[in-house]
Amino acid sequence: MSDATAPDGSVLAADGTPLKRSLARSLRLQKTRALLLVAPLLIFVLVSFIIPIGAMLFRSVENSQVADTLPLTVAALQDWSPEAGTLPEEPVYAAFVTDMIAAVEAKEHTKLGTRLNYEQTGMSSLFRKSGRRIKRLDTESGAPLKDQLIAVDKKWGDVETWATIKTHSVRYTNGYFLNAIDMQRTPEGAAVQPEDKRILLKLFGRTLWMSLAITCSCILLGYPIAWLLANLPARKANLLLILVLLPFWTSLLVRTSAWKVLLQQQGVINDILVWLGMLSDDGRLIMINNQTGTIIAMTHILLPFMILPMYSVMQTIAPSYLRAAKSMGATNWTAFWRVYFPQSVPGIGAGSILVFILAIGYYITPEIVGGTKGVFISNRIAYHISSSLNWGLAAALGAILLAVVLILYWAYDKIVGIDNVKLG
Amino acid sequence: MADGSLSDAFVEFERVQKSYDGETLVVKDLNLAMPKGEFLTMLGPSGSGKTTCLMMLAGFETATHGDIRLGGVSINNIPPHKRGIGMVFQNYALFPHMTIAENLSFPLEVRKMGKSEREDKVKHALDMVEMGAFGGRRPSQLSGGQQQRVALARALVFEPELVLMDEPLGALDKQLREKMQFEITDLAHRLGITVVYVTHDQTEALTMSDRVAVFDDGRIQQLAPPDTLYEEPENSFVAQFIGENNTLEGVIKEIRGGTCLVQLDDGDLIDAKPVNVTAVGERTRVSIRPERVEFNKDRLSPDAHLLKATVKEFIYMGDIFRTRLSVAGNDDFIIKTRNAPDQVRLKPGQEIEIGWLAEDCRALDA
Repeated sequence: MSDATAPDGSVLAADGTPLKRSLARSLRLQKTRALLLVAPLLIFVLVSFIIPIGAMLFRSVENSQVADTLPLTVAALQDWSPEAGTLPEEPVYAAFVTDMIAAVEAKEHTKLGTRLNYEQTGMSSLFRKSGRRIKRLDTESGAPLKDQLIAVDKKWGDVETWATIKTHSVRYTNGYFLNAIDMQRTPEGAAVQPEDKRILLKLFGRTLWMSLAITCSCILLGYPIAWLLANLPARKANLLLILVLLPFWTSLLVRTSAWKVLLQQQGVINDILVWLGMLSDDGRLIMINNQTGTIIAMTHILLPFMILPMYSVMQTIAPSYLRAAKSMGATNWTAFWRVYFPQSVPGIGAGSILVFILAIGYYITPEIVGGTKGVFISNRIAYHISSSLNWGLAAALGAILLAVVLILYWAYDKIVGIDNVKLG
Repeated sequence: MADGSLSDAFVEFERVQKSYDGETLVVKDLNLAMPKGEFLTMLGPSGSGKTTCLMMLAGFETATHGDIRLGGVSINNIPPHKRGIGMVFQNYALFPHMTIAENLSFPLEVRKMGKSEREDKVKHALDMVEMGAFGGRRPSQLSGGQQQRVALARALVFEPELVLMDEPLGALDKQLREKMQFEITDLAHRLGITVVYVTHDQTEALTMSDRVAVFDDGRIQQLAPPDTLYEEPENSFVAQFIGENNTLEGVIKEIRGGTCLVQLDDGDLIDAKPVNVTAVGERTRVSIRPERVEFNKDRLSPDAHLLKATVKEFIYMGDIFRTRLSVAGNDDFIIKTRNAPDQVRLKPGQEIEIGWLAEDCRALDA
């Protein structure tokens, strides 16, 4: 029996249709059914994950507040350049007053003030004040609005004010990202922030450094436990596994607060050390509200995420490997280091990725035990989201964090290989 | 026979016992002596203690009591890595993160051997198992049979005098297993190494070994060369375990010279050879191999006792015919006949008479 072949060389099915099309048709129903089965999850992921991330990335560059609220002013400012050091001409002031009246009608002027206040302090109150008085200005008589406006607030006679408005009138800005790395958008282009405002880069550095320290201490503490779990008899291993998982059943807040009780200067650990005579009463250790506190508490909280992947990898390493190594003349240490350890590296890799990525975005624990010296970039993001309401900057910080994680992930893939990661 | 002490013993177990929980003995009073160059197989059902014995010899388990000697020196307190014993594991235990050449190089590296010497030995060992072209591959890229060869080469590369093999062919298919059986014995004899081989496959044990130790219940039931083991089992366990076997139960009626008369439970009398029965009136279990049963009266001595049998089933197996009979209340009495042109093919329901030579029928413990 020979297969039917079309003139162009493709194989035909029994009824003469090309085999490929025939195959696709026969699989279509299956594929549709499979797609329907995963549809709820797919939609959930899309709505709760992809769309918010997309929205965040968009918000980190989106900047239509100025252009939308002051369209005429922005157009009039086109020809003006702050470099000359002179104030804009009358038409700009006239356009601004028209825009402002419309904005006050729509109650948009305070939002605009808040937006511009991120860039230059005092803008918020300036817009509030001007908003209250804008309708009292004499727009009929033809008296110069420039003077009238400067009379309302002398800041309108300041080149700086108009420069800020012009600089941030673009619809898509790199301003938030510049702010996120301690720079600012100026009429002359990007510039470094003044000394006293540079904190974010330091925070990024600290977040990375501390996450790394937490990951390392998790590896050091977790490896022996994972080894025990994988090598103890089943009954004891199960008990130990429950002890490892126990923290998962306790509220995160409770665990973090417990560390506060333990670590503070009048806390349990210091009291015991003083009682044992190892510390003098005025030499109590400061272990909380600093980096030490954050590292200790977060290592404890993230430890299960390190132990579990390590354990699942170690479980698959047959004891016969170690025996084989020893039968060939390797000492216990050589057998461990040359044979067991390399096989457990995928577990370390998986655990490290999990712990590092969780740590880098951690918020609650550093907030509670970190004081000012032990906080992470995520605490700053939270501040901008809930207190300063500078969502654009928060989004830019989040986007940078996301990029850092992706870059590290990529680097890890290049160095260790993501195929070497086993989560179970 | 079971204690087999030899003056020139290379491997010796003396009164070795092993218990894991302090309540039951896994190995009960093991005595075994092997000369240099012997291929000895430990054969037994799972849980019979054979693997435990191997692990004690390798040093991964400690003997609860007794002495294990290698080359005359007690090794009870020598850690495994100093014993210099090569070992092939059931699942090969090839290190997955190393190439084949690195795997073989490992035992030489831990012995601090120079690089060029290492490379020579690795190459030589791989050539020996015809795997010379695979040095750069990873174990996962090899087939089961190839991994088996590499495991063998790795156990031999540091030239141990004693090699232990723990069911090394268990994971291979039948054809490959038979090929490897031959290759392993050939290699062992060529290199003159002493081998302790553990298996639960009796064919493997019979075809490969110089001597076989049949384990059951923590003891060596019989230690003998394969032919002796098959033809002259010393007790019912060995007779049952090695090869196919028919058993009938009865009482000793009479012992005279090399033969005895056994009265089966339904009253019939048969001839047998007393093996471990001593007194008249003792209960016995007689054992006879299916291929030694004869139903052609011309081939039996005229005064032989015969038994009536009913044919239950006839199975054509190509080279032989296998016929199931009902004899003296036993419905699973098997006879095997060679497929020859003049061979009779029995039919179910047929009534026949069967008999055998007295020395083929062994009266064993009940």
